[in-house]
Formats: sequence, structure tokens, C-alpha cells
Amino acid sequence: MNSDHSDIVKTSNKQTRRKFLDIILGAGFFAWIGAVLYPIGKYLVPPKVAEMSVNSVEAGGISEFPPSSSKIVRFGRRPVIVFRQQNGDFHALSATCTHLDCTVQYKSDTEQIWCACHNGLYDIEGKNISGPPPKPLMQYQVVLQNDKVIVTREEMT
Amino acid sequence: MGIYESLNERLYLDKIVEFSKKKKVPVFYGTIWYYLGGVSLFLFITQVVSGVLLLLYYQPGVATAFESVRFIVSKVEFGWLIREIHSWSANLFIFFVFLHMFTVFFAKAYRKPRELTWFSGMLLLFLALGFGFSGYLLPWNELAFFATKVGSDIAGSIPVVGDFLLRLLRGGDEVSGATLSRFFGIHVAIIPAVFTVLLGIHLVLVQVQGMSIPPELEKVPEEDRRYMPFFPNFALRDVLTWLIILNVVALLAVFFPWELGVKADFLAPAPPGVKPEWYFMFMYQTLRLIPAHVWFIEGELLGILTFMLGGLIWFFVPLLDKKAKVGERSKFWNWFGIILIIYMITMTIWGYLV
Repeated sequence: MNSDHSDIVKTSNKQTRRKFLDIILGAGFFAWIGAVLYPIGKYLVPPKVAEMSVNSVEAGGISEFPPSSSKIVRFGRRPVIVFRQQNGDFHALSATCTHLDCTVQYKSDTEQIWCACHNGLYDIEGKNISGPPPKPLMQYQVVLQNDKVIVTREEMT
Repeated sequence: MGIYESLNERLYLDKIVEFSKKKKVPVFYGTIWYYLGGVSLFLFITQVVSGVLLLLYYQPGVATAFESVRFIVSKVEFGWLIREIHSWSANLFIFFVFLHMFTVFFAKAYRKPRELTWFSGMLLLFLALGFGFSGYLLPWNELAFFATKVGSDIAGSIPVVGDFLLRLLRGGDEVSGATLSRFFGIHVAIIPAVFTVLLGIHLVLVQVQGMSIPPELEKVPEEDRRYMPFFPNFALRDVLTWLIILNVVALLAVFFPWELGVKADFLAPAPPGVKPEWYFMFMYQTLRLIPAHVWFIEGELLGILTFMLGGLIWFFVPLLDKKAKVGERSKFWNWFGIILIIYMITMTIWGYLV
């Protein structure tokens, strides 16, 4: 009777010990998975490279821009389209279509900015006027200095 | 002791022979569908072989990717053939995978007990599309550059995880050399590894469960059903089909080569005619048609959410189709499939017309 009783105590002791070990091992296993996956996950996300603080870019000489012409220049890491209207006015807009990221172009015949990917149209001020673009293009300032066409961020002026 | 016997003692070859002798293929109007999985498998093998060959010359990187592909097609002996076969076989692979999926769908072969075969097949299809999307960029030409910009931008507009996903795909904020490296790794290592494992599971499931027959045929008593042995009858037909497909690929590669185009230029405007591969066209065309804003949400977002929902429903069809479980055809799901096919074909053609 007595020995039976101690057997039961032993078994239940064993069971709690086993349960305890199971939990420790299980938790250890998940911790191990986490320790493996965490660095891999972190590794996959590219580091944020600080945007070069470009405030102005030289787009070329004025003579490179006859009326109704355009050029895309690199502004930091983004392309900016610089164009000269028929009447001689200069404009600069972000060249990245606000729809799906394609690079836009200047249509001299209609004096509009056109994105060939999905037929999006903007006016020369960058306002989205037809097609899928949801937002206007960001405007840049054009400064003519010593026969050079300089593009600057609008907020700088 | 002969080679067979000594191998048999170690590898139990007799059991495999026994299994393949017992394996039989139902003969009925739909027997031809059973070739589609095999054709897809064959095209995948073609992709692996031609892809490995391309790897010997291809150099990822903004300064070298386009040039190395040009080198392959213009200087390397038969380089053009290997590249054209890789491109054509890729397209046919996607085509046959879709065909395989739809015949399985309409034959209700996804019903119990083959749900897992359907799930693994769907995952393989998604991976195949990933193969296509990542491989498209590797020659680093203008069309692929902008198609990747658009494609990753679409992924970027998924709510909550979009921004993270976009940077994860591009390896930065813009499509750049980092994207090319990443797509290269995804295309030649990550997807092939996962794909091979899933394909193994898919094939084992097919072997374990045998060929499915449509619900109507199940009602025919066993003694009235017709079969052919898998080996050699069906296996030889399989091989013949593969041979025909290989010839078709070769003919297409020779007479309808894929253009390399012009090298991608960060400062060039997007050319007209930027389009994704044809199997993404129905989604692309839909996004093109949706207006910028529908009620209060952005049209693009609405389109993506609809496609995600549609993909999920399609994936879980074995669980949703209650009638197939009891061996009946559901009119609803039949029409769902038919309308989906009509929608995909119409949008694809429309996409190419405009």
C-alpha cells in the first residue's frame, strides 16, 4: 500500500519533470528558430541609404535647350525632366510618374508631359490632367545663370 | 550476380518495378489532360538545363548584364539557341502550367483526397510566375526595367506591408543594380530550391494517390472503366509528347526569336509599349482600365486587393467547393472558372490591342 503510494508520487513527479523538460526544450527550439530567422530577415531588408542632399543640379547650357526640347537629368537619386516650351519658358518636374513609377516625357506638339506606360498626361505645371496618375508631379525651379540651366528644389527659393 | 540483382538487394528495385506495373491511367475523353502535368515537368527540366548553361556566361550587374546577354546571343556558339530556348520554354512552361491548372479545376481533381496536390500545385504556379517576373529583368533592357518598376510599384501599393515589400523586392527605393542582384539570386537560387522541394511533394502526392477521374466517371462501375498501363504504354506516349514539345520549342526559338532590345537607361523616358510578360497582362490591363479613384480608395489599390482576394479564393477552392467533396459538380464553381478564363483571355487580348 505504502509502496504503491510512493510509486504514484514518483510517476507524477516524473510527469511534471518531463513536462518541465518539454517546455524548456520546446521554448529553446522556438528561440533557436527565432535566432536563426531574425538575422536572415534583417539581412533581407536593404539598409536605408541616406539620400544625398542635392539642392541643385546643372542640366546643361541654355544652348542645349532649343524651344520644344527636353532632357532628363539625375537629381540625387531621382530623375527630373527639364524642358523648354515653344515660347522659350523653362520648366522642371519630377520625371517619375505618380502612377506606377515610369519615367515621363515631354510632348512638344501638345505641350504636355506624357507617360508612355499607361497613357498618363500632365500639364506643363505637372498637374495630372488625364489617365491614371493620382497625383501631380513635383515641381522644381529652373534658374538660368551664366548661360547654364540650373534646377533647384522649389522650397529652396 | 548481375548488376540489377546487386542493386536490387540494396535499393529494392523490385518494389519500384512492381509499383510501376500496377500503376494505370484511366482511358476516357479526358486522358489527354494527363499529359499536361508531364509536359510542364519536361519544360521545367528544359528550363533548368538551359538556365544552367546561360549561367556559365551571364554576369549580373548594371554594367555587365545586358552586355553579357548580348555576348551570349552574338558571340557564343549556339548562345542564341540556348537563350531563345530558355525564353520560349519559359513562356510555354507558364502556358502549360495554366492549362494543367484549368483542366484539373474543371475535372474537379482537387476534391478530397487531393487537396494537398492542388495547394502544392498552386504554390508551384505562384513560384513559376516569380520565375518569370525575376527572369524578365535579368537581360537589363529598357522594357524589362520599366516593367519591373511598374510591377514592384504595384506590390508597393499593398496596404501595410507594401512599403516593406517594395524595398525588399528592389533592394532599395529604386530599381537599380541592387534590384538586379536580388532578382538574380531569387531567380537562380531561392525559387529553384523551393520549387524543387515543392515539385517533389507534388509528384509524390500524384504517385501515392493515382490519377483522378472526373466525378461522372466515378459513378461508372469499375468493370466498365477502361485503363492503360502506365508503363510502358503511357510513359512512351509521355516521352513522345515531350519530344514534340521540344521540337516546337526549337522551331519557335529559331523562327520567332525574342528581341534583346536596348539597354536600360535610368535617364531615358519610358518607351511606349512597356508591358509585362503576357501572363501578367490581364492584371496589368485591369489596372490600366481602373480609374485613378473609385469612391474613396485609389483605383490601383482596389485592383490589387481584388486580385489578391481572387487568388486566395482560387487557392482554397478545394475547401470552398462543398459539392466536389461529395463527388458532384457545382454549377457555381464551373461558372466561376469559365468566367475567369473569359475574363483573362479578353483582358489579355485587349491589353495587346491598345
